[in-house]
Amino acid sequence: MEKGNNSKTVVTGVIGADVHAVGNKILAYALEGAGYNVVNLGVMVSQEEFIEVAVETNADAILVSSLYGHGEIDCLGLREKCEEAGLKDIPLLVGGNLVVGKQNFSEVEKRFSAMGFTKSYPPGTSLETTIKDLKELVG
Amino acid sequence: MNYLTVDFGSTFTKLTAVDSVQQRILATANAFTTVESDVMDGFNVALEQLEHKIGKFNYEKLLCCSSAAGGLKMVAVGLVPELTAKAAKMAASSAGAKVIKTYSFELSKKEQDEIYDINPDLVLLCGGTDGGNKEVIIQNAKSLCSIERKFSIIVAGNKTAAYPIEQIIGISGKHCVVTENVMPAFNKLNIIPAKNTIRDMYIKEIINAKGLSGIQNITHNQIIPTPLAVMTACELLSQGTKKLAGIGEFVAVDLGGATTDVYSMSNGKPSIDNVVVKGLPEPFSKRTVEGDLGMRYSLKSLIGEIDTEEFCDKNAIELQDFERWIELCIANPESVAQQSSSNQIIEDSLAAKAIDIAMERHCGEIESTYTPMGEIFSITGKDLTRIPCFIGIGGALTNSNSPKKILSGGLYSKGKYKFLKPQNPKFMLDKKYIFASMGLLSKEEPNLALTLLKDSLLEL
Repeated sequence: MEKGNNSKTVVTGVIGADVHAVGNKILAYALEGAGYNVVNLGVMVSQEEFIEVAVETNADAILVSSLYGHGEIDCLGLREKCEEAGLKDIPLLVGGNLVVGKQNFSEVEKRFSAMGFTKSYPPGTSLETTIKDLKELVG
Repeated sequence: MNYLTVDFGSTFTKLTAVDSVQQRILATANAFTTVESDVMDGFNVALEQLEHKIGKFNYEKLLCCSSAAGGLKMVAVGLVPELTAKAAKMAASSAGAKVIKTYSFELSKKEQDEIYDINPDLVLLCGGTDGGNKEVIIQNAKSLCSIERKFSIIVAGNKTAAYPIEQIIGISGKHCVVTENVMPAFNKLNIIPAKNTIRDMYIKEIINAKGLSGIQNITHNQIIPTPLAVMTACELLSQGTKKLAGIGEFVAVDLGGATTDVYSMSNGKPSIDNVVVKGLPEPFSKRTVEGDLGMRYSLKSLIGEIDTEEFCDKNAIELQDFERWIELCIANPESVAQQSSSNQIIEDSLAAKAIDIAMERHCGEIESTYTPMGEIFSITGKDLTRIPCFIGIGGALTNSNSPKKILSGGLYSKGKYKFLKPQNPKFMLDKKYIFASMGLLSKEEPNLALTLLKDSLLEL
């Protein structure tokens, strides 16, 4: 896919040892529909891979999915590594089934915010919500 | 028609006489390459030898390739090591270059000094997908310009950065050619335009600098780097022509004095189910060249890769004998081990080790991850475990008494299961050493070249 002059680039993928492929494809499709250049890394994506690709493609935001409940551990340190790689202040969005069990999402959100994530989303978030936020963040 | 093919090697100039009417190789001959005086001297000596065997040989077409005077020495520059830097290295290797070093991110002063010392013939400058990062490639263009060496620069990076880079390099007085991005989008590999540009630059600029312009004037083809001729022969042998079928997928190894080259003709698809494929997609015909693995000029660095004590233990070699022989070979690269001597065992074991390491670097790797859904495998690079055929080419193998033992060094090993090397291939040997020659001939007579190639393969 060739990048147009005005459109923004976002990197998406399912982090860690997670192989849930369906939601990832739907998200990528919706983002493309909304006019973004989507670099979709698919499933089982490591933190390093997200960062390397964001550097090479000069991405405007990184969207991380996690469906299998280990999201917190998988996402820990991503912000610090982004800083290290020169991706200063790049918006990091995360969503899916981020944690195991019934936890109050505002608590979860706080923890992800402390880890440097710009936005985090509970299960069942509509695609429109994410795209609206993304428009505000990167245009 | 009579063809004469010439391969100007770093050590030997190799001639092959082919008669296309009789559909056979009439004779081969070789002599020392004489690049310091005039390459024609070595050529004439070899031709005399050839004519001594078959009488006066009137050839209608002379076809040449060369790896003389160090071959095509290149440096590749990219942005992220696993992405554009890797793609850059792949493009340069597939063009037949000897990629001395690959750099990523902004070049440091120390790296610039290193490039000065390497003194490459060409630099391939990449970085950024189209529309992606352009700051780094522009900065690297500036850094390359400040290196006071005469190399030309091929730019194959972010298209958005191409124009400013052309301006920057233009002012510096260095020559620059812009071609398509080696990675226009994430994980989309596009190395053919860069490969072709490297070949064109070699013909236009490097031939002259290597003292080959005299021979270029009398040859029928445009001189190409020898590894490119070998690559062409491999592609022909694998895929065949419109009329004749090829032999399908295979891996070939060319073990030399200075480098070890690996060619894989395979799509490298995973041989097991339920795997996640990671990393850059790789081309069907892939070449890697290891400049630090060789039996003579690169012996020192080859030894550096080996745990000597363990190596000697494993191969039942006395450490003293080993050290003595290595010292001798480094001081006198023309040393030849006597048949069935202890030195011969050292030579064979070292050759097997060089192939082992070169194959590890060439093939893909498998990794296992435990997930809530069970064990999942991911593969990066080519899975070569099911490759049916493993071919040895090059002098060190054809002249050896135990080529099968040496080639076996490149096989899959249970102890290092993560490297997806061939598990159970049949071994073949290019006994007449004609791959480069047939690569040249294939441009004129592909069917004949394929037939002769197949005939020359000896099953071990």
